[in-house]
Amino acid sequence: MRDSLRFLLNGEPVELSGIDPRTTLLDWLRETRGLTGTKEGCNEGDCGACTVGVTRLEDGAPVRRAVNACIQLLPMLDGAAVTTVEAIAGPDRQHPAQEAMVALHGSQCGFCTPGFVMSMWAGYPAGRGSRADVADMVAGNLCRCTGYGPILESGLAMHDLPAPDWEVDPAPRLAGMEHGSVVMTGGGCTAHVPVTEPELAALVEAYPDAVIVAGATDVGLWITKRLDTPERMIFVNRVKDFDRVVETEAGVELGAGATYARAAGALERLSPDLGELIRRLGSVQVRNSGCVGANIANGSPIGDGPPPLIALGAELVLRKGATERVIPLEAFFLDYGKQDRAPGEYVSAVRIPRPAPPEALKIFKISKRFDQDITATLGAFLIGVESGTVASASIVFGGMAGIPKRAAAVEAALLGRPWTLDTVEAALPAFADDFQPMSDMRASAEYRLRAARNLLLKVFHESAEAPPETRLVGAGALA
Amino acid sequence: MTAPGAIKGGVRAPQQHDSGHKHVAGAATYVDDIPTPSDCLSIAFGLSPKARARIVSLDLAPVRAAPGVIAVLTAEDIPGRNDVSPNAYHEPLLAEDGEVHFQGQPIFAVVAETHLLARKAARKALIEWEDLPAILTIDDAMAAESWYEPPYVMARGDADAALEAAPRVIEGVMEIGAQEHFYLESQAALAIPGEDGDVTLHCSSQHPTEIQHKVAEALGEPFHSVTVEVRRMGGGFGGKESQGNALACICAIAAKRLKRPVKIRYDRDDDMTITGKRHDFRIAYRVGIDDDGRIRGIAFEQMARCGWSLDLSMPVSDRAMFHADNAYYLPAVRIRSYRCRTNTCSNTAFRGFGGPQGMVAIERVLDHIAFDLKADPTAIRALNYYDRPGGDRVTTPYFMEVEDNIIHELSAELLETSDYVARRRKINEFNAQSPVLKKGIAFSPVKFGISFTLTHMNQASALVHIYTDGSVHLNHGGTEMGQGLFTKVAQVAAECFQIDLDRVKITATNTGKSANTAPTAASSGSDINGMAVKNACDEIKGRLIRFAAERWQTTEDQVRFLPGRVTVGAEEITFEALAAAAYMGRVSLSATGHYATPKIHWDRSAARGRPFYYFAYGAAITEVTIDTLTGEYRFDRADILHDCGKSLNPAIDIGQIEGGYIQGLGWLSMEELVWDDAGRLRTHAPSTYKIPTASDRPDMNIRLYDTENREETIFRSKAVGEPPLMLGISAFLALSDAVAAAGDGTIYPALDAPATPERILRAVDHVRGRPWETRR
Repeated sequence: MRDSLRFLLNGEPVELSGIDPRTTLLDWLRETRGLTGTKEGCNEGDCGACTVGVTRLEDGAPVRRAVNACIQLLPMLDGAAVTTVEAIAGPDRQHPAQEAMVALHGSQCGFCTPGFVMSMWAGYPAGRGSRADVADMVAGNLCRCTGYGPILESGLAMHDLPAPDWEVDPAPRLAGMEHGSVVMTGGGCTAHVPVTEPELAALVEAYPDAVIVAGATDVGLWITKRLDTPERMIFVNRVKDFDRVVETEAGVELGAGATYARAAGALERLSPDLGELIRRLGSVQVRNSGCVGANIANGSPIGDGPPPLIALGAELVLRKGATERVIPLEAFFLDYGKQDRAPGEYVSAVRIPRPAPPEALKIFKISKRFDQDITATLGAFLIGVESGTVASASIVFGGMAGIPKRAAAVEAALLGRPWTLDTVEAALPAFADDFQPMSDMRASAEYRLRAARNLLLKVFHESAEAPPETRLVGAGALA
Repeated sequence: MTAPGAIKGGVRAPQQHDSGHKHVAGAATYVDDIPTPSDCLSIAFGLSPKARARIVSLDLAPVRAAPGVIAVLTAEDIPGRNDVSPNAYHEPLLAEDGEVHFQGQPIFAVVAETHLLARKAARKALIEWEDLPAILTIDDAMAAESWYEPPYVMARGDADAALEAAPRVIEGVMEIGAQEHFYLESQAALAIPGEDGDVTLHCSSQHPTEIQHKVAEALGEPFHSVTVEVRRMGGGFGGKESQGNALACICAIAAKRLKRPVKIRYDRDDDMTITGKRHDFRIAYRVGIDDDGRIRGIAFEQMARCGWSLDLSMPVSDRAMFHADNAYYLPAVRIRSYRCRTNTCSNTAFRGFGGPQGMVAIERVLDHIAFDLKADPTAIRALNYYDRPGGDRVTTPYFMEVEDNIIHELSAELLETSDYVARRRKINEFNAQSPVLKKGIAFSPVKFGISFTLTHMNQASALVHIYTDGSVHLNHGGTEMGQGLFTKVAQVAAECFQIDLDRVKITATNTGKSANTAPTAASSGSDINGMAVKNACDEIKGRLIRFAAERWQTTEDQVRFLPGRVTVGAEEITFEALAAAAYMGRVSLSATGHYATPKIHWDRSAARGRPFYYFAYGAAITEVTIDTLTGEYRFDRADILHDCGKSLNPAIDIGQIEGGYIQGLGWLSMEELVWDDAGRLRTHAPSTYKIPTASDRPDMNIRLYDTENREETIFRSKAVGEPPLMLGISAFLALSDAVAAAGDGTIYPALDAPATPERILRAVDHVRGRPWETRR
C-alpha cells in the first residue's frame, strides 16, 4: 500500500503525496508544473483543448490514448505515462502532426491547436486512414476558426512526413512502475486506488457513500462545474481485469471498468449499429475514459449505452462484498435517479447476448449534431419477424422518460401481427401511451414523440426487400 | 541574405501564420499562460441567478469566510466610475441600486488565492430577492414598446405605394436565433500594479484602447496611467470587442487596492452566461413584385433583441439595415428597426455585426419569390441584382451608389464552375425516387460594406523601428485573434522595405506604442493597420532615400529598394548596411504611421451617405441531404467564389473564407441558444451548445475571385474577416430547399433559424400538411 501517486510526466517519473485527489490533471499541469501548452477551453470534456496523451500497458503493450485533462483526476493517472504537447517534438524537428498543421495552415488563433495536435499524436500510430477516420479522430476537438479543412488535411498529410525517430518506448518503464494499491489523503479528501476486485468490493462495502470513479466523464463535472467536494473517492481504473472484454459465441461480457474504446470492437462485431452508435458516442477522449458499465451505473436517462443493451436483453452483475447477484439490465433502472443498487453494492460486469443476425438490432441516435452530442432521443429496436408475423419485439428508448424505457405498448401493438405498414401505422399512437417526454434545451416533447414514432417507420423502411436510402452517416450512409 | 529575385514573405505570398509553429507546440502564450509572480491572485464574479429582481438583502459574510478569500468587492469599492459601457450609455461593472437586470449579471467580485477558490467562494453569497417583472423576449419587448430608441427608419422611394401597385405581394416572417461566439479561449485579463497608481494589463481583447479608457475611468486616473497589452487572443469574432471591459476593470481595481497582481478568466459556463451574443432577430417582410419576379417595393420590420444594456446594439442594428438589400436593387424600400431592451445578456458584436441578420432575410425573400413563381432562384436573384457600374439601378436604401459591383460576373462564374444546373437536375431525380432522404441545393451571394459605420473609428496608427542591424520592429493598433492580421501586416512591412519577412519582428499590441486605436473589428484590421504601417515605412524610406541620395551624391529617383538590398545610382548596398549608415548619419530610423479611410461619410439622422469605402463580394452554393423522418441533415458540398481584391495572403484569406462559412453554417443550423421562461440560459456550455465539428464540414471548393480593389486599399486587397460568414446563408437555404422537396410545391417551408433537426422536421411536416400542435 502506497500513500502516493506515481506516474510518468513527459518521460520523467513523478511521485505525489498529500495532494488533493480532486485536483484535475489540467489544473496540476498548468498551475503546479507550469505546462501551459495544455489549454482550458470548457472545463467539462467537450472541447478537447486540454487533450493530452495517456499511455498505459493494455494486454502487455503500450497504448497511447487521448484524454481530456480537465476531467482527469490525478489518482486516475497512477501507473500511466502522461504526455503533453510540450514534449512530442524531436530534437531537430517537430512531430509530423505539428509539422503538417504548420505547413497546411491548420491553426488560426491557435488555442485549440495543442489539443488537436495531441489527438493526432495519439492517433498517429494507427496509420493513415480515410478523411472520415481523421474526422472521427478529432471529433472531440472543437475549432472555431478554421472550418476544419486544413486540420483534416493535416491528419492525412502527417503520414507523408518522415516518422519520428526520437520516441522512446515507455513499456519498460511502465512495466517497472510499482502496481500496488494506493490510499492518499490531501485537501480533506481520501482517494483509494485498489488493484484487485476483492479489494474494491471491500472498499465499496466499507465506504458506501464514497464516490466511485471510473472515467470521470460524469464525476469530473461534479467537481469542475458543480464544485462538489466529495471526501472519499474510490478509483476503479487500476482494478485487475475490471476492464476485461470477453467475446464468446453467446455474447460479450464486459468488466464494469471496460472503456467504450476497449469495448468498441467487440460490440461492433455484436451489432454494426451498436458499433456506429459507439463511434458517435462522446468522442475519442470520452470513449477512452468513459466505461460502458459506469454509463449504466450512473443511472442517466440519456446515457447511450443502456437502451440498446436492454433491447438485447443484457444482464448486470452487481457485487457486494463477496456476494454477486445478476439482474436484467432493464430492472436496474427503477425511476429517475433511482437504481436497484444497495448501499455497498456496485456494478461489476455487464453480459450482453449476441443478436442473430447482428443486423437485426437497429439503433438511431438523434441529436442536434452527429458527433459528440448528448442524445435528444435514442431508439433501439430488436424486432423478430417470422413468416411475415412479428414474433418478438424489444423496443427501448433513451431520452423519452426518467429512465431508459421499453415501449411496452408499442411492442404489444406489433406482436403477433403481420409486419406491414398498416400494422406499423396502427402501432404509432401507442408511443404516446409509453412515453410522455419532457421539453428541454435539446428538444421539445412534441419533437421527441414524433421522432420516436418516425423511427419505427424507418425500421419498417429498412426491412423492405429493396430498402430506400435512410441513413445520413455511418457505414450505411448514402454515398 | 535573400536571393536577388524576390523577398521571402512579401505581399501575395501564401505565408503561414506567424505563430503557427508555436501554436502546435503549446508555446504561444495567452493571457492565462503568462507566468505571474507567486503572489498573483484570482477573481471570480458572483452572478445574479435572476433575470430581474430587487436585492432585498445581500450577505457576503460567508463569501469572505470561504477558504482562500482575500477580498470581496462590490460597487461601493470602485474608486472611479462603475461603468464598462463601450459608449455613453451606462453599464455598471457591478450591480448597483440594489437591482439586477439579467441572469448572469455580476453583483460582486471575490479575490482569492486561486481561480478555483474564488469560484467556490462566489457561490456562497446569501441573497434575498424580490422578483420584478422581466422582459425576456422580442414579443415581450414589442408589446411593452421596450426599446432603446424609437423605431429607426431607412427609406428610399415610397414602399407602401410600390407594394400597393405591385401585381403580386408576398409576405413572411423569420425568426433568426442568436449565436454564441465560442472563442476557444474564454475572456481573460491580468493586471499588474505599478508605481504612482499605474496599472499594466494583459488582456484578451480586440480593443485595447477601450480597455485602457474604461480601466482608467474605473480607477479615477488619467488614461496615461494605464497600459494595455494584447499579444494574441484565442479567438475573438467580435465577442472580445467590448465584453472584456469588465474583466480588465475588476482586475485593475483589485490590483491597485491590494498591491498584488490579479487575474481572472471566465469559466466557460460563466462566459456563456455573462457575455453577449450575436443578436437574435425577428424580421418580417412584405415584398411587391412583377410577374417575372422583379422587386418593385419592399418593407422590412427588423426587431433585434439587444439585452439589458445598450453595448454595441445601435451600430449592430444599423448594420442589419445596411445589409437588408444585400446585392439587390430595391426600387422602393423601407426598413424599420426596433432595438428591443430585454432582461437578457447584452448582445454584442459578432462577425458581420448585424449584417448577417439583415442579409439572411432578403435572401429568404428572394427564395420566397422564386418559390411562388416556380422559377429558378438563381435567375430571380440575377434579375434583381444591382446593375453593373454605370447602370441606373445602383442606389442603395441609404443613397450610396454601388460603384464596384462584380456580383454578376462572380455569380455566373460560380454557377458554371460548380456545375449547378446539372446538379440541380440530378437532385430533382434523386428526390423523385427517395422517400426518406431528400436533397437540396442553394446559391446565395454576398455584398458586404467595408468600413466602420461610425466614421471616426476608421483610423489606425503604427510604430516602426529599423535597428542598426537592419532588423525591423513592427507595432500597430490591430490585434491578433487568429485571423492572421499580424502576418499580413508584417508582409506589408517586408514588402515596403524589400526585406525577408523574418527580418520583421511582430510585437504585441500595446497602447503605449500605438495609441488611440480603433478596435480590430468591422473587417478593417488589415485595411487600416496595413496602411498605417505602410505610411510609417514610407516615412522612413523617404528619409533613407534622401540620406542615400545625399551620401552617394545622386538624385532621389536613383535610390531603389530591391530584394534585400538598395541601389543608389551605381552603388549597391545591403538594407542592413544602409540602416547602419543612416544611423551614423544621424537619421531617425523610427516613424509612426497614421491612416484615415478616405471618401466615407454618414448622416444618421437623414439616413444618407457613403458609410462604406467599398464592398466585398462573394457567392456560395451548398448542397445538403435531410432525413424527413427525424429532421437530421448532412452538408454534402459547398462551392465558394470570394472576392478579396488582390489578396495580401491567399492562404490566410482562404482560411478566413472557410472558417467564416462554417461559422455562418453553424449559426443557421445546429447552434441553438435556449432560454427558459425565467430568462435563464440553458445552453451555457459545449455540452448543450453545439458548434460544428470536423465531420459537419461539407466537401469544399474555395476559390478567390482575383481582381484588384478599385479603391486604393493596401496593395489593392479587400477585407476578408466578416463577409465570408454570410456565405453560410446558402447552407440554410439549401436545407429549406430540401424541405420544400418533401412537399408538393404548394407550401413554402416555414423554416426559422437555427434550423435544428427539430425545426427541419417541423417544417417537413408543415409542407406535408401535418402542422404541429406547438407553435415553435
